Amino acid sequence: MQWETVIGLEIHAQLATKSKIFSGASTAYGAIANTQACAVDLGLPGVLPVLNQEAVHMAVKFGLAIDAEIAPVSVFARKNYFYPDLPKGYQISQFELPVVGCGHLDIVANDQVKRVAITRAHLEEDAGKSLHEDFQGLSGIDLNRAGTPLLEIVSEPDMRSAEEAVAYMRKIHSLVRYLEICDGNMQEGSFRCDANVSVRPKGQKEFGTRAEIKNLNSFRFVEKAINHEVDRQIDLLESGGTVVQETRLYDSNSDQTRPMRSKEESNDYRYFPDPDLLPLEIEPGFLVEVRDQLPELPDQKCDRFIQQYALTDDDASVLTATREMADYYELTVSTLGGEAKLCANWVMGDLAGALNKMNLDVKQSPIDGLLLGGLLKRIVDKTISGKIAKQVFDEMWQTGAAADKIIEDKGLKQITDSGAIEQIIDRIIADNPVQLEQYRSGKDKLLGYFVGQVMKATQGKANPGEVNKLLIPKLKG
Amino acid sequence: MSLSIDDVEKMSKLARIEIRESDINGYARDLSGILDLVDQLNATETTKIKPMAHPLDQTQRLRSDIVTEEDQRELFQSQAPQVESGLYLVPKVIE
Amino acid sequence: MYNKTIAEISAGLQKRDFSSEEITQAYLSRIKQHDEQLNCFISITEEFALAAAKNADQRLAKGESGGLIGVPIAHKDIFCTRDVKTSCASKMLDNFYAPYDATVVEQMNQAGCVMLGKLNMDEFAMGSSNETSFYGPVRNPWDQGCVPGGSSGGSAAAVSARLIPAATGTDTGGSIRQPAAFCGVTGLKPTYGRVSRYGMIAFASSLDQGGPLTRTAQDAAIMLQAMAGFDTRDSTSVDHPVDDYVSTLNRSLDGLKIGLPKEYFDDRLDTDIRRCVDEAIHEFTKLGAHVREVSLPNINLSVPVYYVVASAECSANLSRFDGVRYGYRCENPFDLDDLYSRSRGEAFGAEVKRRILMGTYALSTGYYDAYYLKAQKVRRLISEDFRQVFADVDILAAPTAPSTAFPIGAKTNDPISMYLSDIYTIAVNLAGIPAVSLPVGCVNNKPVGMQLIGNFFSEERLLNAAHQYQSVTDWHMRLPQGFE
Repeated sequence: MQWETVIGLEIHAQLATKSKIFSGASTAYGAIANTQACAVDLGLPGVLPVLNQEAVHMAVKFGLAIDAEIAPVSVFARKNYFYPDLPKGYQISQFELPVVGCGHLDIVANDQVKRVAITRAHLEEDAGKSLHEDFQGLSGIDLNRAGTPLLEIVSEPDMRSAEEAVAYMRKIHSLVRYLEICDGNMQEGSFRCDANVSVRPKGQKEFGTRAEIKNLNSFRFVEKAINHEVDRQIDLLESGGTVVQETRLYDSNSDQTRPMRSKEESNDYRYFPDPDLLPLEIEPGFLVEVRDQLPELPDQKCDRFIQQYALTDDDASVLTATREMADYYELTVSTLGGEAKLCANWVMGDLAGALNKMNLDVKQSPIDGLLLGGLLKRIVDKTISGKIAKQVFDEMWQTGAAADKIIEDKGLKQITDSGAIEQIIDRIIADNPVQLEQYRSGKDKLLGYFVGQVMKATQGKANPGEVNKLLIPKLKG
Repeated sequence: MSLSIDDVEKMSKLARIEIRESDINGYARDLSGILDLVDQLNATETTKIKPMAHPLDQTQRLRSDIVTEEDQRELFQSQAPQVESGLYLVPKVIE
Repeated sequence: MYNKTIAEISAGLQKRDFSSEEITQAYLSRIKQHDEQLNCFISITEEFALAAAKNADQRLAKGESGGLIGVPIAHKDIFCTRDVKTSCASKMLDNFYAPYDATVVEQMNQAGCVMLGKLNMDEFAMGSSNETSFYGPVRNPWDQGCVPGGSSGGSAAAVSARLIPAATGTDTGGSIRQPAAFCGVTGLKPTYGRVSRYGMIAFASSLDQGGPLTRTAQDAAIMLQAMAGFDTRDSTSVDHPVDDYVSTLNRSLDGLKIGLPKEYFDDRLDTDIRRCVDEAIHEFTKLGAHVREVSLPNINLSVPVYYVVASAECSANLSRFDGVRYGYRCENPFDLDDLYSRSRGEAFGAEVKRRILMGTYALSTGYYDAYYLKAQKVRRLISEDFRQVFADVDILAAPTAPSTAFPIGAKTNDPISMYLSDIYTIAVNLAGIPAVSLPVGCVNNKPVGMQLIGNFFSEERLLNAAHQYQSVTDWHMRLPQGFE
């Protein structure tokens, strides 16, 4: 039996506003428990919500970036259920009339471009947190997070593999960071993903029953969880069982999904328009303003990089994966005044390598674009060789000093003077008669030996091009 | 009765309100009476009418994104039934 | 001293006939003397009051001349008052001391009012008789075997018995106007959005509105002046300029067009009540008003619409009372559901439970369209009826309640009958328009009230009409026996 996987993703992006969506309490991460939960966040008797304009602004930015319809009028609704991290006993969300309507995002997976439709994106408030450390058998509730604005982004069930799902998730992740509406920090919980997964026999039109997998806070987990779940469902169906519509949690330790232990599988949320809030009107003028201020989006930037810097699709993709990386690259190129390919190699190679080793983000790099550009200048003008440049790079990384200073201090300038090089070559040839004889009798490989000796004698500072130019004729005699 | 005992039990679960066995019948009866009253609405033609959520046609006002609240945890938690280490305590939450 | 209006008290304070401290003491003694019987107060804040009175006296000494400086009042126990018990007459909040002041309370404090205490009410404002209070029923000063009306029963009874010159109340389906009628006082429900709801514990968010209960329309105007205003903390608050309600009280009523909704004056209207209302209307014509019949064709659907909308909204508004962060918590809950169900089951009274269950049902899957959505559509029809009528007339006149105060216990076993005591008041809340109830007669020594209903933000006109009526009649000056 040939099976087809069907995946839809629901992503909750915490919007990077300073204050909460319905109150003036701070949203800063890491505060001491319950010190950022004001009266409104706590759901004290008598308090009322007032909407944060920046949350609306951010939602609209997102909507425009995915080419979606922005609702001229949208409505906040109460989603009713009981849970200790939900102070009012209802979550203020949006139901029938979300602020952002249908849009789409193009992704690349398995070397193919695919358009994923996005059903909607709406604003809602986040809940608090339950801490399960033992308090004499009780749970502790921290409501600092309650009221933080969320943008819930719902895709159509358009994805057909874990790869596609991850590609989509990465694209959204990149986009929200580009737009500066979310910091995308999955460890801190500001970017969360739930996956709806089902399978059906290939060719069947109807969808199979789906399971919702929650608690996916890394790209890797999303991929593993989906793959595991698909296998589970196929095994179940092939052995005559049926898939139950349920919510499952992904356990990264065992690489398994298990059902969530909630008594009521289907909650009746009794949605109705929140009478404490009025309909949100978004005027065409506001849309024009926001559209005008949109930053260059990832796809646009990628296309531009391909054109402007003559980069390959792959290289452009990597360099535009995040706005910080793209900005870094462009600063490097402009400092250098060209040599786009050289810059690309260094940024994607040496820089990325160093960052990954220390688990740093490009924002935290001790070498910024200006400094890197300065280093690469010295390769281009042949002050140092590419090999020496790597040394200098490492030194810059440790000390933060500029390339020129290090080259100066350590006397790393390339030796290009042909006279000086000739002298050294002559000495080496004189010192190595056996190898000279072997070379002359056909062992061409020994060229490398002689080059190595010259380099050693010059502490690597001889210009390799020059060395080769002068050495070969002398060797040949 | 338009509302059965079963309905009342279901609603009391949804609303998290314990109703005593001895009272359920009474609630079913009273609520059925209210529903009968409410059924009068069915006779009115409303297909083209827009529902009214607010008496005035106002739209939502927006607030500037600035932090205006400071830490008042002491004050708020002085009202709490059970608090430890600044956290509100409840019977264990099972996921 | 206790038979003074706010206007008289303010004048006396300005002239230094007495101090705020003195008049505050006088009312406090009177409360101690009578409140045992009547049960109007849930909390009496003596220390707080005396401190506020001292403060007011200082302001008066400096020459400040606001009409409420130093005037004793009390708040319905639905308004959050900082560091003072705020119970909503419920076991659920019996232990709750609000950590902040409602906007209305802040404004009245700034105006110099001296709060004497918090007033009894129906639990969570759900009721029309003040019999559902956790703290016991309030007795009507006119006949202590009878209810004062509800839910602002404590407010109306206290003003009626002259325990305070004025009180705040809230009106969701008639909860200011109906008790005002039962107790022979003046009660105003402002336009929805006129008075901030921030800190006013929510019952039905799209219907609730705070307002004054006083003896005279003039006092109501003075109170409203301080209560009204735009509040950025309340999204439903309206940024409409606050009129000068006081200086326009004496405008002539010549040419005022008063409509009488025929649906309210049909043969269901009690003959005695009708007689009082007719006599009052006659007074208005003598003052220069013109009366005509109008129609509000969908008005009879008000009660069912209200009971769906209000129940639905309150079922969600009361979900926050869960024993986790404040309020009542049951003993030894064995798990989370037990914590919720038992805390709420033990702490909410029967009427509150009924409404929450009703609201939960109206919103539940399969019923939302038939109940909630349907009700909100009919609500628009009712609202349109008023809009149309105000194209032809300036204000409407109508009875406030279908009867005078009924005996305590008479309707407690019949919730529907209790709900029907709101038939004349409910539509006003659904439409969000203002209305005032004023005393216009007595039947078997129990007061009868009449409503004047106006278009959005017409409080000025309503108070003006009521005041003119009160300058040629004396129903509003009558005292219940035993409270002279």
